[in-house]
Amino acid sequence: MSALGTVFFKEIRDNLRDRRTLLSALLMGPLFGPILFAFVINLSLKQSLGEAGEPLDVPVIGQEHAPMLMGYLKSHNINITEAPADRAAAVEAVKTGKHDLVLVIPGAFGAELADTVPATIEVISDLANTQAERESRRALRALRSYDRELAAIRLVARGISPTVVRPLNIDVVDVSTPSGRSALLLGMLSYFFLFALLTGGMNLAIDTTAGERERGSLEPLLCLPVTRDQLIFGKIFAACLFMALSLFLSLISFYVTLQFVPLEKLGMTPNFDPLVVMKAFLLLVPFTLLGASLMTLVASFTKSFKEAQTWLSVVLLAPTLPILIVSILMVRPSTGLMIIPSLSQHLLLVGLIKNEPINMLHVLVSVTGTLIAGVVLTLICARLYRREGLLG
Amino acid sequence: MISVNGLRKSFGEVKAIDGVSFDAGDGLVTGLLGPNGAGKSTTLRVLYTVLKPDSGSATIDGIDVVANDLEARRRIGTLPHSSGLYPHLTARENIAYYAKLYGLSPELIDDRIEQLVQQLEIGDFADRRTKGFSQGQRTKVALARALVHEPQNIILDEPSNGLDVMATRSLRALIKDLKAAGKCVLFSSHVMQEVAALCDEIVIIAEGRVAIHDSPDGIRNRTGCDDLEDAFVKAIHSIDSSE
Repeated sequence: MSALGTVFFKEIRDNLRDRRTLLSALLMGPLFGPILFAFVINLSLKQSLGEAGEPLDVPVIGQEHAPMLMGYLKSHNINITEAPADRAAAVEAVKTGKHDLVLVIPGAFGAELADTVPATIEVISDLANTQAERESRRALRALRSYDRELAAIRLVARGISPTVVRPLNIDVVDVSTPSGRSALLLGMLSYFFLFALLTGGMNLAIDTTAGERERGSLEPLLCLPVTRDQLIFGKIFAACLFMALSLFLSLISFYVTLQFVPLEKLGMTPNFDPLVVMKAFLLLVPFTLLGASLMTLVASFTKSFKEAQTWLSVVLLAPTLPILIVSILMVRPSTGLMIIPSLSQHLLLVGLIKNEPINMLHVLVSVTGTLIAGVVLTLICARLYRREGLLG
Repeated sequence: MISVNGLRKSFGEVKAIDGVSFDAGDGLVTGLLGPNGAGKSTTLRVLYTVLKPDSGSATIDGIDVVANDLEARRRIGTLPHSSGLYPHLTARENIAYYAKLYGLSPELIDDRIEQLVQQLEIGDFADRRTKGFSQGQRTKVALARALVHEPQNIILDEPSNGLDVMATRSLRALIKDLKAAGKCVLFSSHVMQEVAALCDEIVIIAEGRVAIHDSPDGIRNRTGCDDLEDAFVKAIHSIDSSE
């Protein structure tokens, strides 16, 4: 067997026995994303479902001044409940969070309505509180539609069609498919997968330089009749394998998670069947060489395992940068963008989940671009490995 | 057979070695003796090719360590100053890894390892992972690893560091065995007694230069000291006063 192969298989055996590597490659990386994802989805599910379904309790001061309005609110799934004694008490109750909102109907409400003077209603709420903000939005929506209905009745009574005060009819046509809507949320997925991938090879990348040095095993290793290129290539390829393994496991664990998250209730049906899992793996796997060489490169400048870990946690965040920028700028996929590693994987993956046809040119550019970047960094690593100062 | 000719090596401003020359012959044990920082490790590192000399040359069995470093490394077994093992591999696996990288054929590897396990008496822990090994156990495994390809030349950098009495004794026995087998053994030390007990030839280095190179008796005669330790001190002072 060639020296490169010997190094490769030794690294694999060595790391399969290392609890630290196993934990990060096979557990942390693959599970972190899906679990966080399931948590976020469930939370937003609870919120949006709660809005439509459950009745909203609204304390009202001065209910007796507006019996019609109370009836209207009740018919809109809003329960009128007992309120604090007066307005000051209500403000206090909202401030302390006892109530999310309190409606105050002044005594003059009925008289003002009868005189067709705008009748004042107060909504006391803490808009900095997300929960309260949502509930008051719901109460406001009900109040506005009551307002519109009253206006329409008044106009009709004066022989004017209510459509006169509605010159525009704005109709939003949403063409997004359920798969497309999922993509918004699933967009963050590509980062989870890249994160898992990088985590999988982190310990191996550190071990190549800082780890071997710290253990004192680097110097005898360099005394062997093999070239340093063979050593570092063997080690980088082993890191690639662990990264691929970690990526594969994170795709699988995400696939399994999706089976338990009722995404269709959010109007999403992500395109994520086993075939997509496979395609996603193939799209992302070229990133392993880049990831492994980048991490090895960064680690080679550090003095110890601990220092390397600190720096590599920065590298873990690096793939987010292009993804973040493009998400903010809302750029559409183009062939030029496919040259940028991590961004191209992100865009292709989002397209895949949206169930859009795969642009083979984009795939080709993404794969070659990422592989070339990986090869260049690997060669730089090899060059640094030949330095005399390597032993530190 | 190891030959060193006028080796110089500086790290920035610091001259680590400044014209070191000596020969270490086959079937002999040559001791490189000197105080800390004298340039022993730098000399050995040039010999096992992890450092390149600024000038001068060195050959292993006539092979230049700079021009043909791969071939030179094939002919040396090395125990560097830091000789860490892989903690997740067993002692046997550690040795086998090196055997494969030395290019030994798979059939040969097991036999050779078994032979070393007997010779170095590491049978009790050969199949345990090396995590938590004592310094003595680790040195033995590192030695087995360095000798697995039956090299003609053996370079040991302060091999007895951190070893207890028993481990030191078996190390000495091993070095004598290697000498009897006609190998060229070169080792460094700063412990006079150790060098005196083992060496056929002593090279005393101070301030990056060879102060004296002779047999133990020759050194006693030339310095006029009966005690080797006094001779050592005298030799080092002769370098200092020539500054």
